[in-house]
Amino acid sequence: MSELTLERGLAAFRAEVDGPVAAFFSSCVHCGICAQACPFYLETGDPKYTPILKLEPLRRVWEADFTLWGKIKGLFGLNHKVTDEMLAEWEELLYDSCSMCGRCSMVCPVGNDLALMIRKSREGMVQAGHAPEGLIAASVRAIQTGSPMGLQWKTLAVQINHVQTSSGLEVPVDKEGAEYLVLLSSMEIINFPEYLEAITKIFDHAGVTWTLSTQCFEATNAGIQIGNKDIAAQLVERVVAAAEKLKVPKVISPECGHAFTAIRWEGPNLIGRPYPFKVFHIIEVLDELRAAGRIKTEGMETDRLSMHDPCNLARKSGVIQQQRNLMNLVAENFVELKEHGKFQWCCGAGGGVSSNERAEPLKMAAFKRKKAQIEEVNPERMVTMCATCRTQLEEGLEEFNMEIPVVGLTEMIAEHLVEKN
Amino acid sequence: MSGSMEFLLWTKGPMFNIAIAIFAIGLLVRIAEIFMLGRAKNFAEARAGEWGPGLRTMVTRTVADPGTFQRAPFNVVVGWVWHIGFLMALLLFLPHIALIESLTGLSWPALPNPVISLVTSVTLVALIATLVHRMTHPVKKRISTVEDYVVWAVVFAVVLTGWLAYYRLVNPYPLVLGMHILSAEIMLILLPFTKLTHIFTTFIARWYNGAAFGRKGVQS
Repeated sequence: MSELTLERGLAAFRAEVDGPVAAFFSSCVHCGICAQACPFYLETGDPKYTPILKLEPLRRVWEADFTLWGKIKGLFGLNHKVTDEMLAEWEELLYDSCSMCGRCSMVCPVGNDLALMIRKSREGMVQAGHAPEGLIAASVRAIQTGSPMGLQWKTLAVQINHVQTSSGLEVPVDKEGAEYLVLLSSMEIINFPEYLEAITKIFDHAGVTWTLSTQCFEATNAGIQIGNKDIAAQLVERVVAAAEKLKVPKVISPECGHAFTAIRWEGPNLIGRPYPFKVFHIIEVLDELRAAGRIKTEGMETDRLSMHDPCNLARKSGVIQQQRNLMNLVAENFVELKEHGKFQWCCGAGGGVSSNERAEPLKMAAFKRKKAQIEEVNPERMVTMCATCRTQLEEGLEEFNMEIPVVGLTEMIAEHLVEKN
Repeated sequence: MSGSMEFLLWTKGPMFNIAIAIFAIGLLVRIAEIFMLGRAKNFAEARAGEWGPGLRTMVTRTVADPGTFQRAPFNVVVGWVWHIGFLMALLLFLPHIALIESLTGLSWPALPNPVISLVTSVTLVALIATLVHRMTHPVKKRISTVEDYVVWAVVFAVVLTGWLAYYRLVNPYPLVLGMHILSAEIMLILLPFTKLTHIFTTFIARWYNGAAFGRKGVQS
């Protein structure tokens, strides 16, 4: 890679300014309401974590280069410049203290989509050489090995064997013409292998044809988290190539939030063309199967369960009712967190925060908002559908000595399938 | 007396034309800047259209969601009070309607003067409250710029001079009326170059927000 410089960074910031960005910055009245939607501000009380303040570098670029007034001010040397020192200081604000959960975008009275602008700002940060080490390493691993955690197919192959042995079912690999190509996340393969077994059982039960691809099994996109379109596009192209090779009409994104927004919403724009297939989150697929009567369950969970909506799935992708339909299928004592669905609170780990080791204390601080929500309804277990959220919930609850196990929704559905005769 | 009369006539004549011209051209440029930048084509398959959700967010974002209201009731209520008060005084005070009629031919019924004077008093108090909040709340203090205080001062001056003129608390009368008109003109001139632009651009911003979330199936 050629050298990363302030000039390159500024050019990347400029390339991100579009009509919405101009409308947003033109409209901000500095009311500070966005801070009231940010777990990083609310749980630290430090005003530097106010969302709109995190966008100051992008705002300065917009004002100086895209407004008449800014150009006039520039003639007199009155513009506040974006400097290397400034970006170094802002690295923590744009990465460590923002999970791009999008809650601020939902409450800004003038309608600013702040999370979108954070995503855009990160493009500039990468080119200026101000991205966190942890995310750089994850991006390099993703490009070189196909997985942000450096996981290789042989590790997955071992898991596939385990699943086949314990379930007695085949895990299809490289099956051309299957209905679904199933993607996984490395985090899931390492921390939650039960997910693969669950979908193997559910798809067998529902008579769904599916396949994994040895060419591409990773759904996550480190390029989007760090903010680099080139890396992100390359990772998306791998999925597209695998899906095209196996001629599948549908691709399933796993229990991971950002992988879904990456492949579902950003992907086609990164590669500059629509896909020849449709993309679904596993929860959407399961709910479709449920609605079609293809999932038959027996028995109900009787303990008090609550649910965490992943930001990327609910607020940022509109998958809100599906997980509730599925919960109602197998849980008789399901209680909602007070603010849920599109107004849910982030677990604190998304948007690259969990891959950025330095951000650990902030990640745990932000979790306190989720913790308070959980304490309010006092469930016996939490259910979620994102491996990053799940890991964060498990770690966070343990940190605060709360004995509340966390389960994945897909697994829970698999446990209730009616046995075939 | 004659000096103040000349001042009043200047604010109503040449200065008014200058202010309207700068306001109109400046605002046009700002809006053009936004729309000329446009948006890149979106290749991701949408769940829903953009127009409906965009138009809805343009309206619904006026009211805070219950959680935000609970976390920032002062911010929300005071913001509402002074915005409504300002708009009522601007649009429902007889002399203002007469001015609008002389410019556009449009007119509508006015509220009785005592009501407008009460509304204006409340607005002044609310504006002072926003200033105190800005200077004391850690978030607002941290994000505030010189522009925030300049804009506050100009808006406050417009309301205050209007209130002073109504009660004839400054002599001679043409002087205070001229000050009121001049401060309104300064507000118009600053509008396209400061956060006052939000009066117009907030609806564009809200539309973009509602459209972006709406196509993903979420009403923002």
